[in-house]
Amino acid sequence: MSSLERIRNFSIVAHIDHGKSTLADRILEVTRTLSKREMRAQVLDSMDLERERGITIKAQAVRVGWKGYQLNLIDTPGHVDFTYEVSRALQACEGALLVVDAAQGIQAQTLANAYLALENDLEIVPVVNKIDLPQADPDSAAAEIAELIGEDPARVLRISAKTGEGVEAVLDAIVERVPPPSGEPDAPPRALIFDSAYDQYRGVVAFVRSVDGVFRPRERVRAMAQGTTFETEELGFFSPERSPTQTLAAGEVGYVITGLKDVSRLRVGDTLTSAGGPASEPLPGYKEVKPTVFAGLFPTDSDEYPELRDALDKLKLNDASLFYEPETSQALGFGFRCGFLGLLHMEIVRERLEREFDLDLLVTAPNVAYRVLTKAGEEVEVHNPAEFPREVERVEEPYIRATTIVPKEYVGAVMELNTERRGRFHHMEYLSEQRVLLAYDLPLGEVVYDYYDQLKSRTKGYASFDYDVIGFHEGELVRVDIMLAGDLVDALSVIVHREGAYARAKALVDRLRAEIPRQMFDVPVQAAIGSRIIARETIKARRKDVLAKCYGGDITRKRKLIERQKKGKKRMKQVGTVEVPQEAFLAVLDLNGGGRS
Amino acid sequence: MTATAAATAATARHLYVHLPFCAHRCGYCDFVTVLGRGDQHAAYVDALLSELELERASLAPEVETVFLGGGTPTLTDPVALRRLLGSLPRAAEFTIEANPETVTPELAALLRESGVTRVSLGAQTFRPELLEVLERRAGPEDVRRAFYHLRDASFDNISLDLLYGIPGQSASDLERDIEDALELDPEHLSCYELEAKPGTRFTHAHGEELVSQAEAMENYFERVVELVAGAGYRWYETANFCRPGREARHNLAYWEGRDYLGLGIGAVSTVAGRRWRTKPSLAQYLAALAGGRRPEREVELLDAVTQRQERLILGLRLDEPLPLADVEPVLSVEALARLEGLGLAERRGDGLALTRRGRFLGGAVTAELLA
Repeated sequence: MSSLERIRNFSIVAHIDHGKSTLADRILEVTRTLSKREMRAQVLDSMDLERERGITIKAQAVRVGWKGYQLNLIDTPGHVDFTYEVSRALQACEGALLVVDAAQGIQAQTLANAYLALENDLEIVPVVNKIDLPQADPDSAAAEIAELIGEDPARVLRISAKTGEGVEAVLDAIVERVPPPSGEPDAPPRALIFDSAYDQYRGVVAFVRSVDGVFRPRERVRAMAQGTTFETEELGFFSPERSPTQTLAAGEVGYVITGLKDVSRLRVGDTLTSAGGPASEPLPGYKEVKPTVFAGLFPTDSDEYPELRDALDKLKLNDASLFYEPETSQALGFGFRCGFLGLLHMEIVRERLEREFDLDLLVTAPNVAYRVLTKAGEEVEVHNPAEFPREVERVEEPYIRATTIVPKEYVGAVMELNTERRGRFHHMEYLSEQRVLLAYDLPLGEVVYDYYDQLKSRTKGYASFDYDVIGFHEGELVRVDIMLAGDLVDALSVIVHREGAYARAKALVDRLRAEIPRQMFDVPVQAAIGSRIIARETIKARRKDVLAKCYGGDITRKRKLIERQKKGKKRMKQVGTVEVPQEAFLAVLDLNGGGRS
Repeated sequence: MTATAAATAATARHLYVHLPFCAHRCGYCDFVTVLGRGDQHAAYVDALLSELELERASLAPEVETVFLGGGTPTLTDPVALRRLLGSLPRAAEFTIEANPETVTPELAALLRESGVTRVSLGAQTFRPELLEVLERRAGPEDVRRAFYHLRDASFDNISLDLLYGIPGQSASDLERDIEDALELDPEHLSCYELEAKPGTRFTHAHGEELVSQAEAMENYFERVVELVAGAGYRWYETANFCRPGREARHNLAYWEGRDYLGLGIGAVSTVAGRRWRTKPSLAQYLAALAGGRRPEREVELLDAVTQRQERLILGLRLDEPLPLADVEPVLSVEALARLEGLGLAERRGDGLALTRRGRFLGGAVTAELLA
């Protein structure tokens, strides 16, 4: 058994593409956990082997040996929406490598991760990567990073994960600078769940950091917050192949095969303890993560509803934070109202559904959770604009603290965008002579609508953006409904701030008029707040639609034309009396298409 | 004779004969045409008559209508044409299509003597600049002259073809065209919207213009109906108008779903639920029939449902109601109720018809009505 003194637990935090995976690969190689030549082949072989043995999931923590020390490298999710998961993974460590691209310097995600690491009292080992790049400016990057964490620039490591230069020094620094774990080897066992995954053969696999005591196989354990109990089927660690062990002792990092069939029964952040001799207190910091962004997901082809349901069930096995419930829209048919941790989470889920499950989806404009006090004095949380009461006493909406880092010439553009989106300035600081950090408090509802695209285009792609949800604030919000030929189109209702209602209503109405083909009668397109019409357009009726000539030689061809026309109609969604092509909904609903004009 | 052939025998009372020869191919045309080949006219007529003999079993002893279409039938060598006309069955309505520039007093007399009762004259437009856009060879005066030659030969059933929606055609151009046509007082008028048919030279040259002017010309069809019907003609089919009793009986047969036999290259026949189209190759056609064989054909079998669907599609082009009993199995009752509500379709007794506005939207309405 390793003594605590010889263990180092760390993770790598970096902005996307700053070289996190390359550095991880290089660490495996330098520590001879895998030889360079073995790298690829062996990982693949082991995948096959694992599959035979009945476990298919990816390692979330890898154990390597370095100069007599056991180093555990813990992986963190790379997305802003998974801040809580990242914070739990960091809580499992005593140190973090903060990796910054020598050419790009600090990015918003670097900051968010650095702050998270500092909050968790981690020893931060700053690393400037990609020093081999011709456009690299290691000195500036080192200065930025040193300034950020209050470190001597001379202590910032300079490496090229690609060539391997400086990687050994990184490992040495981990041993020297990162403190060993503390914990009570003889206390009742406690382990922090920092990640979990679902394996189709073995059920839920929990990735844990053992803090106190010792865990053993075939032992009854309990998740303290959720109360779930199960018997540990197997314990072990990845190196990088799965290595079962007989003990998981204080300070160690490893996995637990639980045999549970549902990931939602074992939440990240929860504490495992012995069911027989439990610890009195769980580890601190558990919270139930709630979805912040909601959208309706509908199959483009309504016959695919069962496939969508199955796909969501399968995704949910691996994604405890995904929330969904059946939703019926008169315009879009049967689908699901889904809750996500953020916009990126939503995009990931949507992409996985489309790519892995080959579904064609129609996603409604995303909205946030609103806390509504009704006229009747009832407090309700609303996730769907179609359920938003038309008469409200008071509405609260979620706010975020948004951090944007831009070259200084774009400060004005970001400020203007944030002001348009009802943002409140919080603070601004110069990270260097060139780059500025802007912090704003913004309603999340303003960010889920076309904000990223706008930020990207107004800053020519130079902005990096991150956020944290900071709470709910009252807002003057109204529900805007869209009507086609007098019939409400439930899927198109939106909740907007009163001031922006006219512009949004007009944009929606114009877009619909342009996208919906002319019908056999005039179709008024209206937007309304309650019974008050605030925007209106008319789709003029078609005046002719007839095949000019039809004689003996043309009949088959004409019949086929009419059949094709008929088929075209079938692809349309019937909204009251109006036929609306799928494309029209897509154009109005699609995130990319919903731009403010 | 096989059992099937016996069952299909002797049902068609309408005969179509395709004469593909043209002096020039107009850019917008997608019919089966052959340029020139004066030396092959006689051989082609021989082949037509052989094909007629081979298909005799499909033709009823009494033929009601014969229609010679093209191509430019009147461009056919007069000797060959006279022989053909003399060998085809007599019929109460015997129509030939004519291009104005081919109509001489001699031709008119020949047609009259040969049993032709009706001439369909391809006027298209009376505006010289628009005729040029269409690459037509005749000028406005040729149209009038041809018309008078036919009248002089005592033809009392003449139809004029007009086109609207020609690139550059203004609303007043259209009105003047109709005025000019009505001034000749034809018994029948066919008015077609110019279609950009895929693959034609015309679509290549003017396709985009046709699309961009579509909205501006959206009301041309209504205007045509207004003006022609206003002059006392009956709008008896989507694109056709006539003086009382002067419907094109041959074409009516198509719209009423009757059987017809077609002879010649590219010609289509529909007899007893079987439709076939002769391949549009002149050389193959001549060779096969010279050898006493049927030319190569594409065959399509029409099941009962398809026949009823066609009945609906075609029948609703007419002003007279379509017997509901004929189409009920393929008709969507909900759609009919909806369209009645919108004032586009209506029941008249045991029949179904489109309203005036419904007829302008006939394609969409029909697509909706099909169950």
